[in-house]
Amino acid sequence: MEDETFLTDDFLRQLINVGEVDLLVGLPTYNNAKTIGSIVGTIRSGILRDFPRERAVIINADGGSRDGTPGLVTGISIDDLRPTANLNALRTLHSISTTYTNGTGSGVALRTILAAAELLRAKACIVMSPESAKIEPEWISRLLRPIFRDGFDLVLPTYRRHKFDGLLMTNLLYPMVRALYGLRIREPYVTEFGFSNRLGSQFLAQNGWHNGNGGVGLELRFTLAAISGRYRISQSFLGEKEHTERRAADLVPTLRQTVGALFSALESDFPIWSTVAGSKQVPTTGPEQELLEGPMRVNRKRLREMFSTGVAELESVFQAILSPSTVGELQRIARLGEEEFRYSEELWVKTLYEFAAAYQRSVINRDHIIQALAPLFRGRVFTFLMENRNASANEIENNIESLCLEFERLKPYLLQMWKSRE
Amino acid sequence: MREMIVSELSQALHELARAFAHYLPRLIVMLILAFVGWAIAYVVKVVLRSILRLIKFDKLSENAGASQLLIKASLPSATEVLSRFVFWVAWLGFILLGVSVLGILGLQEQIARFFLFLPRLFVAMFILFFGLLAASFFSRAVLLAAVNANMPSPRVLSLAVRSIIVVFVFSIVFEELGVAEQTMLVAFGIAFGALMFGLAIAFGIGGRDLAQRFLEEKFVRRKNEENEDELSPL
Repeated sequence: MEDETFLTDDFLRQLINVGEVDLLVGLPTYNNAKTIGSIVGTIRSGILRDFPRERAVIINADGGSRDGTPGLVTGISIDDLRPTANLNALRTLHSISTTYTNGTGSGVALRTILAAAELLRAKACIVMSPESAKIEPEWISRLLRPIFRDGFDLVLPTYRRHKFDGLLMTNLLYPMVRALYGLRIREPYVTEFGFSNRLGSQFLAQNGWHNGNGGVGLELRFTLAAISGRYRISQSFLGEKEHTERRAADLVPTLRQTVGALFSALESDFPIWSTVAGSKQVPTTGPEQELLEGPMRVNRKRLREMFSTGVAELESVFQAILSPSTVGELQRIARLGEEEFRYSEELWVKTLYEFAAAYQRSVINRDHIIQALAPLFRGRVFTFLMENRNASANEIENNIESLCLEFERLKPYLLQMWKSRE
Repeated sequence: MREMIVSELSQALHELARAFAHYLPRLIVMLILAFVGWAIAYVVKVVLRSILRLIKFDKLSENAGASQLLIKASLPSATEVLSRFVFWVAWLGFILLGVSVLGILGLQEQIARFFLFLPRLFVAMFILFFGLLAASFFSRAVLLAAVNANMPSPRVLSLAVRSIIVVFVFSIVFEELGVAEQTMLVAFGIAFGALMFGLAIAFGIGGRDLAQRFLEEKFVRRKNEENEDELSPL
């Protein structure tokens, strides 16, 4: 209960007024006025439709929005929904909001939601992204039901996506988490997920909130904590994931949140992942993934150029991180023309494993190691795009599976590097 | 006459014996201090070496770029060099302490100056090491940021940052040591001024087109790129 001390008095008062609940929906926000109204409306519809008898609350943890986001969350009443949705509430559905000013965004927000869930003894909780304008009321039930009715501890989403959307997920996070932790979780880094009270409380107590790393990549750390703690995990197909356009400059912060969090977790989770061999399916409601085809504007030439420039300019950095053979091979492919260029699965997996081992040994500053991965990821993306430009959804699925198996096959290579250091 | 000579000689011998008797204990004290000093310095060296190995000082030194300098000079590892240096400074300190016990006029003043200089020497070494470490860290940070931002000539930028920091660090180190303070200050001023002036000319005249291209790429092409690339990593 130490964690309730960082909550404001006003927020604690609001929580006390709410009392115990069955369901809790967490909404971390920051200047999301454009989308938050429809999202809160959909969440309310979902709860009133599928859980009319349960006591529920929406908790908004806001990072200091200046566009009136918290007001929009708490302002929507059930009466706004009735005329269109024909919904009847049997219980009061509370919406409360708190603003934090200390610390980094998602970390403090999730901590606030977890602490609120623990205080209100919520049986099932979900966190929803404030940017997903396309969510449907069914999403709420698909994330809550496996926890509330079936006793799962963590429900992760699967989505319908464009075949070239989420390439960090398909080329790195999914296969690497699968190979190392032994579970085929399609979206290990999530902004929408459901969790049980016991998992939330455990994570709240164990996560290193005060060690400076507590707030980075929490979305992935939460998943890994559930795997390491042998909690019951399931996946639910939600629907189409809204495509978020990102600038090239966003890649490094994204790598920090995902790959940085993964590499960091490998250190403490070594006793767990070092004993895992192969991988197992996770109980899934609906399809594991649906891929959409269609045109997508991608500047392939720029991707390859940034890879080649990176390999040439960062030679000294790569020499500290990678083995001489891997550096040599990267330099060789960096000189190839667009048509011959191929960043093979084996080389990509070896590169990542060597990066993970270098991160563990801190051969240079850890953040620099993560930054150095960005140009190499662009090279891998270029190869993936070229190899799959005319591929069907099934063929892409097979290629992703092949990459996953390569990660599993080369796992002893990582273990060998890791143990030789220890 | 003969008696006078004998008397003078015996007095001189007496004086010599007395002086020797006077200095002998001090000489013994000096030798004891030198021996004890050697033992203490040796223990300090062993303890320091263990601590440095424990905190992975060699890796820090590698990151600072100091290891490369040592390898080029055919010197042992940074841990070894630092622990040997501390050993010699500590032992020399004890020897000089012993010498000061002898009470030789003039020498005491020099010894006192040496002891006063020691803290400045350590501070200078501290500044040099962490300065090199900072130069290495910031030059690598600039290199990575420039590569990931697709900026032209990342290595030149990185080298410029490293050079500026290293020049700055050396000027502080020399000032701390009191070596040619004025000369170093003037040299630093001239070097730094020349560097800035050179850069100004290079960008202003020689690199006008490059600067124009760079600014265009930075501010005009950015908009096109945003529309060009729809890839989302997550």
